Amino acid sequence: MNKNKEQLLNKRYKAEKRFRLYGQSAIFMALLFLTIFIFKIFSTGYSAFQKTWLIVPVTFDAELMMLDQNPSKEDLKDADYYDIALKSMADLDPNANEDQENELKRMVSYFFEREIKRELLNDPSLIGKTKDVYLTASDDLDQVFKGNYPRDLPEDQRRVTDYQLKIFDQLVELGKVESKFNLSFFTYPDSREAELAGIASSFMGSIFSILVCLMIAFPVAVLAAIYLEEFAPKNRFTDFIEVNINNLAAVPSIVFGLLGLGILLAVFQLPRSTPLVGGITLSLMTLPTIIIACRASLKAVPPSIREAALAMGASKMQTTMHHTVPLSMPGTLSGTIIGLAQALGETAPLILIGMVAFVNTIPGSPLDPAASLPVQIYIWAESAERGFVEKVSACIMVLLGFLIIMNLFAQIIRHKFEKKWS
Amino acid sequence: MIKINSKNVDVFYGKKQALFNINLDIEENQVTALIGPSGCGKSTFLRCLNRMNDVIDICRVKGQIIINDFDINDKSCDVVRLREKIGMVFQKPNPFPKTIYENISYGPTIHGMAQSKNEMDEIVETSLKKAALWEEVKDRLHEPGTGLSGGQQQRLCIARAISVKPEVILMDEPCSALDPIATAQIEELIDELKKDHTIIIVTHSMAQAARVSQNTGFFHLGELIEHGSTDKIFKNPENKKTQDYITGRFG
Repeated sequence: MNKNKEQLLNKRYKAEKRFRLYGQSAIFMALLFLTIFIFKIFSTGYSAFQKTWLIVPVTFDAELMMLDQNPSKEDLKDADYYDIALKSMADLDPNANEDQENELKRMVSYFFEREIKRELLNDPSLIGKTKDVYLTASDDLDQVFKGNYPRDLPEDQRRVTDYQLKIFDQLVELGKVESKFNLSFFTYPDSREAELAGIASSFMGSIFSILVCLMIAFPVAVLAAIYLEEFAPKNRFTDFIEVNINNLAAVPSIVFGLLGLGILLAVFQLPRSTPLVGGITLSLMTLPTIIIACRASLKAVPPSIREAALAMGASKMQTTMHHTVPLSMPGTLSGTIIGLAQALGETAPLILIGMVAFVNTIPGSPLDPAASLPVQIYIWAESAERGFVEKVSACIMVLLGFLIIMNLFAQIIRHKFEKKWS
Repeated sequence: MIKINSKNVDVFYGKKQALFNINLDIEENQVTALIGPSGCGKSTFLRCLNRMNDVIDICRVKGQIIINDFDINDKSCDVVRLREKIGMVFQKPNPFPKTIYENISYGPTIHGMAQSKNEMDEIVETSLKKAALWEEVKDRLHEPGTGLSGGQQQRLCIARAISVKPEVILMDEPCSALDPIATAQIEELIDELKKDHTIIIVTHSMAQAARVSQNTGFFHLGELIEHGSTDKIFKNPENKKTQDYITGRFG
C-alpha cells in the first residue's frame, strides 16, 4: 500500500518535470526562430544604411556649361551640366575609347549630373575651377564595395565589366571611394535604380494611411462598442450583430481590398493608389479589432461602479460617459494601437487598391499617390537587381521598428492608466 | 409617520417569481431592518425602492410602492429624480476610482446643487462630517478614494449617498465586507443618520438588526412573513418561522 503511494507520487513528480521540459523547449524553439529571423534580416539589411560614393574631380568649365560671363542664379539653374559630368567621368581614364567612356559613365548613378549641379549652386565661385565631388556609385559598384557582389563570375554573367572593376579598384587604391551613412534611404522616394531608392514615399504613405484609418475606425468603433455594450437591448438581433462583428474580424484582408476596389474606386471614384483609399480600406479591417477590444474593456469595468453612479441619480448616459468609458479607455486605446499596428503591416488589400504602383514622388497629403512600407518591401523583393536585396531587409527593419514602437506605446498606456487607480 | 407604503409588490426574474405580494410600511426617520436567509428576496425588495431592478433586463416589478403620495412604479416617475431622493449604499464599498472630493461632489454636480466652488466645498465637508470621515481624510481630499481602508471606503460611500440630501437611504448589507470595528463605526453612524433620513437596512446579522433598527421585517422564500417593531419580532414573534429563524434553527 505504502509503496504504491510512493510510486504514484513519483509518477506525479515526473509528469510535472516532463511538462516543464516541454514548455521550456517550446519557448526555446520560439526564441531560436526569432533569433534566426532577426539575425538574417540584420545581416542582410545593415549594409543598406551605408552608401558608396565615388570622389571624382569635376572641372566646372563655363564654356561646356554654355554659361556667359557673370551668370545669374537663374542661368546657373538652367545651365547644361551633362557635358561636364560626362567629361569628368571620362577623364578618369584618359586613354578610354568611346565604349569605355560609356562604361565609365555607368559607374555612377544617373543622378550624377544633379549632384554636380547642386555643388555649383552651393558655391557659384567654382566656375572655371576643379573640385572633388561626391558622386553616388552605381548600385552594382555599391554592392562590389560592400562585398556582396561575386567578382569571380565570368564577365558576361556580371553587370559590372572588367574594365569598370579595374577603374574602380584604382579609385579604391587612391582613396577616392568612400562609404557614408545612407541618408537618402530615408529622404528619397522609390526609384528604379537601387542606389537611389528610398523609403520616403512609402513611409509617408504608411503614416497617412494609418492616420486616415485611425480617424475613421476609432470613432465609429468606439461608438458602436459603447452602444452595443451599454445601451442596446440584448436580443436576437444584437446577438446577430455581435456574431457578425466577430466574423468580420476573421475575414481575410484581401477581401477588404476587393471591397475597396469595387466600392471606393469603382463606385465612389476616389483617387487610385492614394493613402485615403488605403486608409478607408484598412479601417474596415481595424474596425472589428477595436470594437472587440473596446467591448472587452467596457465589460471589465466592475458593475458596482455603474450601480454606484446610477444609485446617485446619474442617467444611463452620464453613468457611461462619466465612469464606464473613462475607465475602459486604457484597454480601448491599447486595442486600437494593436489594431493599427496590424493595419500597418497589411499588404494584400493595398495591392488591390493600387498602392503597389511605382511612385517616385513623396506624398504631401492623403490624396497623393503613395506606396506603403509593406508594399514597398513587396515591390523591392520582386526586383531583380542585387542592390534591392539589402533594401528589402532594411525596409523590414524600419517596419519592425515602427511596429515595436507602437506596441510599446500600447503597453505603456495600459500600464500607466491601470496603475493609477488600483 | 409612514414614509414608504408598498402594496402587493410582486417581482419576477424572467418566469421565476422572486417576491410574492409584499405589503410593508416604512416609518419615517426610523431604521427598518430587513432580515431573512440568503435568497429570500430582501435585497430584491430593497432594490425595488429606488428602482435599481430596472438595470436587470429580465426583472419585472408589479404592485405599488408609494413614497410621498407618489407611486414610483408609475410610468410618469422619473428614476433620476427618484434616486436623488433615495440614496443607496451597497454591500461592497464601491467608491468611484476618483479622488475623495470627486466622489462626494459627483452627486451634487449632476443634480446642480452647488452654484460655486465654495458651496461645493461646504457640501463635501458636511457630508464627510456626517459620515464621521472628515477628521480622517480632510488632509487628503484629492487623493484617490480607492486608497482608503474598507471601512473608510464604506463611510465614503455613505457620505456620497448623503451628499444629495436624500430622504431615504437604502443599505444593502453595508457591513458584510467589514471587520467588527468598522462595523461598529457604521452602526453608530446609522443611529446618527436616522435623525435626518429614513433608513432601510438589509442585514444578515440578527444582532445587527437588533442593535440598529426600530422596525424589522422578516422575509422567507420571497414572502414577507412578519413585520413589526424590532422588540416584538425578536422577543415575541407571532410566526413560528420567525421564531425558528431568530433562534437560529435555520438560515
